[in-house]
Parts: sequence; structure tokens; C-alpha cells
Amino acid sequence: MSPETTILVALLLPVLAAVSCLLLGGGLGRPNLRDIATPLIGACTFAAVWRLAGDVLAGGRPELVLFEVLPGVELAFQVEPLGLLYGLVASGLWIVTSIYAVGYMRGHHEQNQTRFFTFFALSIFAALGIAFASNLFTLFLFYEALTLLTFPLVTHHGTDEARRAGRIYLGILLFTSISFLLFAILFTWRLTGTIDFTPGGILGAETSSGMVTVLLLLYAFGAGKAALMPFHRWLPNAMVAPTPVSALLHAVAVVKAGVFAILKIVVYVFGLDLLAGSNASLSLMTIASFTMLMAAVIAIRQDNLKARLAYSTISQLAYIVLGAAMATATGVLAGGMQIAMHAAGKITLFFCAGAILVATHKKKVSELDGLGRTMPWTFAAFFLASLSIIGIPPLGGSWAKWYLMVGALETGFAWQAAFLGVLMLSSLLAVFYLMPVVVRGFFAASPSAGPSGSAGGDRKPIAEAPFLCVAPLVLTALLSLALFFVAGDLASLLNF
Amino acid sequence: MIEKILVLEVVLPLLAAPVCVLVRHPRFCRLFSLGVVAACFAIAVALLVEVRGGGVISYQLGGWPPPLGIEYRISTVNAYLLALVTAMALVIFSFDSRGGPPRVPEQRRHLYYAVFLLCISGLLGITITGDAFNIFVFLEISSLSSYILVSLGGHRRAVMSAFYYLVMGTIGGVFFMLGVGLLYQETGTLNLRDIAARLEPSLHDRGTVLALALLVVGISIKLAVFPLHHWLPNAYSFAPPKVSAFLAATATKVSFYLLAMILFTIFGAPFVFEELRLQAVLLPLSLLAMFLASGAAIFQTDLRRLLAYSSVAQIGYMTLGLSTANATGLAGGLVHLFNHAVMKGGLFLVVACLLYRVGSVHLDALAGIGRRMPLTSAALVIGGLSLIGVPGTVGFVSKWYLVSGVLERGWTAAAVLILLSSLLALVYVGKVVEVVYFRKPAETQPIDHVREAPLGMLAPAWVLAAAAVFFGLTTNWTYGVAREAAELLLAGGI
Repeated sequence: MSPETTILVALLLPVLAAVSCLLLGGGLGRPNLRDIATPLIGACTFAAVWRLAGDVLAGGRPELVLFEVLPGVELAFQVEPLGLLYGLVASGLWIVTSIYAVGYMRGHHEQNQTRFFTFFALSIFAALGIAFASNLFTLFLFYEALTLLTFPLVTHHGTDEARRAGRIYLGILLFTSISFLLFAILFTWRLTGTIDFTPGGILGAETSSGMVTVLLLLYAFGAGKAALMPFHRWLPNAMVAPTPVSALLHAVAVVKAGVFAILKIVVYVFGLDLLAGSNASLSLMTIASFTMLMAAVIAIRQDNLKARLAYSTISQLAYIVLGAAMATATGVLAGGMQIAMHAAGKITLFFCAGAILVATHKKKVSELDGLGRTMPWTFAAFFLASLSIIGIPPLGGSWAKWYLMVGALETGFAWQAAFLGVLMLSSLLAVFYLMPVVVRGFFAASPSAGPSGSAGGDRKPIAEAPFLCVAPLVLTALLSLALFFVAGDLASLLNF
Repeated sequence: MIEKILVLEVVLPLLAAPVCVLVRHPRFCRLFSLGVVAACFAIAVALLVEVRGGGVISYQLGGWPPPLGIEYRISTVNAYLLALVTAMALVIFSFDSRGGPPRVPEQRRHLYYAVFLLCISGLLGITITGDAFNIFVFLEISSLSSYILVSLGGHRRAVMSAFYYLVMGTIGGVFFMLGVGLLYQETGTLNLRDIAARLEPSLHDRGTVLALALLVVGISIKLAVFPLHHWLPNAYSFAPPKVSAFLAATATKVSFYLLAMILFTIFGAPFVFEELRLQAVLLPLSLLAMFLASGAAIFQTDLRRLLAYSSVAQIGYMTLGLSTANATGLAGGLVHLFNHAVMKGGLFLVVACLLYRVGSVHLDALAGIGRRMPLTSAALVIGGLSLIGVPGTVGFVSKWYLVSGVLERGWTAAAVLILLSSLLALVYVGKVVEVVYFRKPAETQPIDHVREAPLGMLAPAWVLAAAAVFFGLTTNWTYGVAREAAELLLAGGI
């Protein structure tokens, strides 16, 4: 199979998954087959993306040009290291999530499962389209498609709360993308006459520094999926969705689409040379730092577990934006690494939150006292993933933090020490918002002896969620451990 | 070959109308008119292919050479419009409205088809002819027949809206007539190219400027340029659904062509946009239309009124493209003619499907209809996304070139406003989608009996919905032709 065909296959497999969901679940009424088909096709998708990895590591840039949409603007794909990484993360975790989703959706007795799995697969299609986009138009096309395709997932329950959340979701994401991102793209088109991603950037050195700053901020805020403050509110609201959606889309595919776009634009539209050491870089770094700390502080105060994780995501995404804003090779490396590391860690945390919900119907941190003893696997996985998010070795997250700190020192701004301090403080805050969950789970006394102990008096020793929920979360927790040891490969992939 | 039969483009529907009256058989009239429209479409496409790349076809009616005789003159600009009008007419005529408008009894249905054909021949006549008075004649043919079509809506207020439309339309027609008269006084000729050539020395005369003002205002009424748009929401929302679709997809587009042709061909871009600075009026009005009409659309509770106000806003995009007076922006405006025809025509056909099955398109009545009519609702969503301008739909293509054109002029603020205004479309489309998919049907209006629309209705609606996506991804034909037309207009010739 030539690389061109592989790209096409990787893109079309999720569509096939969606069609098979629709046929098996809707038309033929075979939900069991449907739920087996999705992970299988997911595995094929991952394998297809994996095949491209060999080419990219060997220095190749597989390309696929479909057709010209507007004169000079093509619907075209090109696989380069950043996109490959994002594609691997999205398609790889899709397999695990589609298994988890079966356990969750059935265990939690959700309605409209066929619609759910169909749109889920289509969202992965859009995510891969973003990953492989070779110009801003293709990126924007799939970026908007991802927003629209995830809307039915966010509003899955159809309640008033879900509708309200859906409104905020669409409102903020489309507002930022249309009024900032599209404007920035059109302005770039006007300035340079091209919107193709080009190594070294397409904005010439003659672009005035004020213009560069404005454009960079337009792009950064325009990629609203990156949830930079003050355009972050859609993410906590999106948590009304079923947990598999929060896990794969709102911790991995959707939010990473935003930061990935920023990284890619910094590297291939601006070019590192143009940005490094500029005012544009400094202003975006400041905004990212502010978001990082602010979201972490808010996370500490959330009692709803999923909301706490959502704010933690906002804070952790800002790491990637910070890495991109540094506009150094190390910064981009750190940003790329954080995409993978945070994905493995945060998806585990959401899986755990969902498993707790399925097993006990508890959503709040304050209700978790003593649960660690009845759900040991879940809480152990939560603990491991928390360590990765905080950035403690030997877990994957530590490498991303390490390279970010190195990058901060390399920028050469007068305030480099301040950014270093921000990073350290943010890790400390992560301890404060993640560890209480583990501590309550394992060490606090269980309230089941109290008056609300309606589960029937005598405590069962182990009461985990269904196997299909627990197995994936253990797997992803081990993945974030394994990532610590393959960081070298990632670093050589992301060598800019 | 094609030069010999191009006159059939107008003559066919014009003669087919009396045939319908004579035969009187409703089923025959329906199929016959469909065949006539298909023939017109074939001729239009052949003409467009012939003149692509700068060709011009001139046809002298009755063999009388211009400027005395009437000349039909085809270039890319009006061939594009002919293809647009006939294509839309073909799709909309193939829509099986199952017994036509409600208030027309079977024994008089043939008149409905006759009037429809007259309206088409009027619109095609305006587009094809190169003679100013001839334009006025066809303008009146199309206007009078569209008043009748609107009045067939069945609702009591349809007659009132048609009357209001008639009053406004007649005022517009009179303004146009006066303008043509003044031009005749200045130049002594009615042939458009002849007028343009002879107007050069007297371009700054008070009479010429007055003629320009009268023509622009007259056509603006027909085009429903903000704030002369008041006839449009009522006319569109009380007309028979098929008629709304037809008028929305074609009538305003032909008026736009007329406006562009008068500004660029007769008076010339340098005079209108550099000396008189028409854009100082046209740009603010366009922006106001985009914001106020979209704002009004948000507060509508009837889907048809909502779409009608959205049309006024979309006309704002077209005139905005006109006011840039550069190739990119003008091409953006011209391509939006086609793009808007596709999406709004499709949406009004969806409305017709909903009306047929649900009986009302009040938003309360549509609650939860997404589950009962999934295919119709999906077409509604596609049309809606196109109105917002989501990439991959035709709306995005228009927006891309309009904003590019505006940025080329250096009007950064206007570019931002265009993008912001599409967020208002997001609000009103989102409102409809929420009702259709999420709101629970009211107790008093059970929708259990509602079924998916029949294939004869669904297919044309989906043809337009699919076109909205297809032409959003391939623009060789649409933008390619529009660009050529824009460059031709800017060069002053058609």
C-alpha cells in the first residue's frame, strides 16, 4: 500500500466504522456486532496510522492531494511529525475508549447508543483530518466539522442542562473559530497568497512585529478548542456528555485539536525563527501562564470530579500553548510530548471518574471517602495517572514538564525565571487538585456505616465497575507508565 | 447552431404559458412546464459553454440590427444568470407539491402553471436582452406574474402581502422606467451598449446622475436592498411554498444582475465607484442588512419568516460584494447569487415538505420533528450550516471571497463585521435546530402521525442540499464562472 493510499485508508476507516454502526445498530438491530466492529475498525485505523510512522521517521512526508477547492486552495493532506503524533494518540486511544464505552454505556443504561457510536466514529474522522491537514483550509474544514460532529455527543442526554451546555459549546467554539481563526487565515492569505503549511513558515521576515503579535493572538484564541482563558467555559460545560466523550474527546481529540493547531501554525505558518524572542511570543506565553495557574486554582475548588478534571485539562493544555509560544525547538518538543503524555494520563482519570459513576453513581469528590478499598484497580490507576499529570517520574508526564522547563530557560527573556516558577507552581497546584481524590479513596473512613448507607449495610470487599470499564483504564494507566521509557523515541520524532 | 435557437430561451416559456391555458389538464401542464424548463436549462448551459472564455453571442431580433432593433447579447455574465435561473427552476419544478397551492381548485390549476411559466420567461428575458426598454417589459411580466403567484398562498394574508408587493414593485418599476426615459433623453438610444458608448460625454450631466439614482433605487426595491425590503418577508412567508423557493432562488438574483449590469456596463465602475462613491452608501446599507435582518430573523417564530429575513441579510452580502468593486469581491457577490440560490431554494423546499406533513412551520409545531422526519430535518441542517458559512458548504465559499475582496480594499473593520454577522446566522439556525431535535412536542400538537415527506418532495430538496455541499468543495464551475463574469463587468462590457 502506497503512503497516499494509507492516508486515505486511515481517514476513511472511521467513516466505515460510523457506517457500520449505523447499519448494525440501526438498520439490522445487532448492537453486539456493532460494539465489536468499532474497536476492530479502530485497531485497523491505528495500524494504518502506524504504517505512516515508518515513512515519517525515515524523513518522508507522505502527501495526498484530493482536489482543488478554491483556486490555490486544495483539500490536501500531508503527514509530518506533529500530525503523526496527534493521529497516533487519537486513533490509538480510540480503540481503548470504544471498548470502555461499551462497558460504560451498557452499565449506565444510556439511550441512543447507535447514534452515540456513529458520531463518535465521525469525530475521530474529523480529528484525523485535522492531524493530517496540509494547509490551513483543510485544517479549518475538519476543525469545524469536529465541533459540529461532537455537538450531538455533548447534548446526548437531551436534557435542559445538556441543551444549555450544547449552546455554550457551539457558541464559544464557532464564535472563536469564525471571528478569530477564519479571519487570521484570510489575513494570512491576503498577506502571503498561500495557506499551505511550509517548513520554516510562510510569513516573511518583513511582517511587522505588531502584525505578527495580532495574528498569533488571533490564531491562539481562534483555536478555541485549546481553551485558553477567557474562552475556556465550553470545556467544563461539555462535561454533561457521557464519560467516554469527556475522556476521548474532551481530554484528547477535541482539546488536542486546538493546541495541535496552535503548534502546527507556530511551526509551519509563522516559523520558529520569526517568533523566537519576539513580543508575540512573550505575550502568548504570558496568557498561557495565566490560564495555567488560574485554571489550576479553580480546579482545586471543584467538588464535581469531572468538572475538576476539566479545569485540570484547561491548565494542562496551557502547557502545550506555552511550549508553542516559546517558539524554540525544545518548546515544540515539549508541547508535542505533552500532547501524548497528557492524553494517556487524562483519559485514565476520566475513565476512572466514569467507572466510579457506573459502579456507585457518585459524581462528587466529597463522596469518594473510602471507595478506594472497594474499587482498588480504579483508584490505583487514578493514582498513577495523577502522578503523570503532576509530572513525577517514572511516569510519562515528567518528560514533558522537564523539556518545558528547559525550554523556558532557553528562551532568553528577562523573565525566564518567572516562567520556570509558574511551571513549578502549577505542578504543585496539580498535587492539590488530584491527590485529595486518591487520599479520600484510600485513607478516609467509608461513610457507608452512616445513615445514608442504602447500599445494604454489609460492605462487599470489591465492587468494581464492569470489566469492560476497568480493563481499559488499567491499560491506559500502564501506558502512561510505559511512555516514560519511550520518551527518547518521541524526542527523535519531534526533532525540529 | 446555438445562435439560431437562443431566442427560444425566452420564447419557449412565453408560448408554453398559453398552451397550458388551452389544454387545461393539470397533470399535462405540470409535466409540460417541466419539459419546457428543462429545455431552457439545456439552452442556457449550451450558451454558457459557448461564451466561456470571453466569447459573445449577439442575436438580432427580426433581423433588425442594433441600435434600432432589439439585440439579445450573451456573455459570461448573463449566461451565468440564465443557467442559474433555469437550473433552479428545473429543480423546483420537479418538486411534486401534491396538488399545488392549497386554494387553487383543480379546474384552475393550469392557470397557476401558466403564470409560473410567464414569470420564468420574464426573468430570462431581463437577463438575456440588451435593450433597456425590453428589460422594462420583461421586468413587468415577471413582476406581475410573481404578484399573482404570491397571492395564491391560501392564507388570507397572502392576498394582502401580494398587494403590498404589487405596490412596492410598481413603485420600483416606475423608478426604473423614469431612469430609462432620462437615459433615452440624454443619449437618444435604448440599446445598452449604445447608451454606454454615448453617455461618455454627458456622464456628469444632472440628468444622467438622476437617471442613475432612479435606476438604482428602482432596482433596489425589486432586489429588497435594506431598507427597501419590507415587501419581502411577507411575500415569502405567505406565498405557496414552492413559489417562495422559486422567488428566493431566482427573482432577487436577476435583480442583482440588473443592478450590476447598470452600474458597471452603462455607467462604468470608475464613474460610479470613484467619482460618485456609491460604496459610501452601499457598504453601510449592506452591513446594516446583514446585522438588522439577521437580528430580526432571530426573533421570528415562523420558519418561513425566519428564512425570509435571512434572505434580506444574504442580499446584504451580495450588495457588499458589489460595493467592493474589485474582481475578488464582485466575484464573491456573484458566486453568492448561485450559492444563496442553492441553499435558500433548498431550505424553502424543506419548508414545503414540513408544511405538507406537519401543516405548519411555526416553530412550536416543529418541536421534535427531527425524529419523525429525519431526512427532511437533515436537509434543513445542511442548509442551515450553509447559511452560517461552515467550511465545506457553499456559504463558506462566498464568505471567503467576500472577505478577501473587502480585505483587498483595506476595509478591515468590514471584514470583521462580515464574520461577526455570520454568528447571528449561527443563533437563528441553532434556534431552529434545537427546536427540531431537542424540544419535546407540545401536548396539544401530537406529531405521532407525522411521517417522512414523500420522495417526490424529498428528492429535489436533497438535490439542493447535496449541491450546497458539492459546490462548497468544488468551485471550478461556480467561482470560475463568477470570476470571469466579474472581470468582464469591471472591464465595462457584457
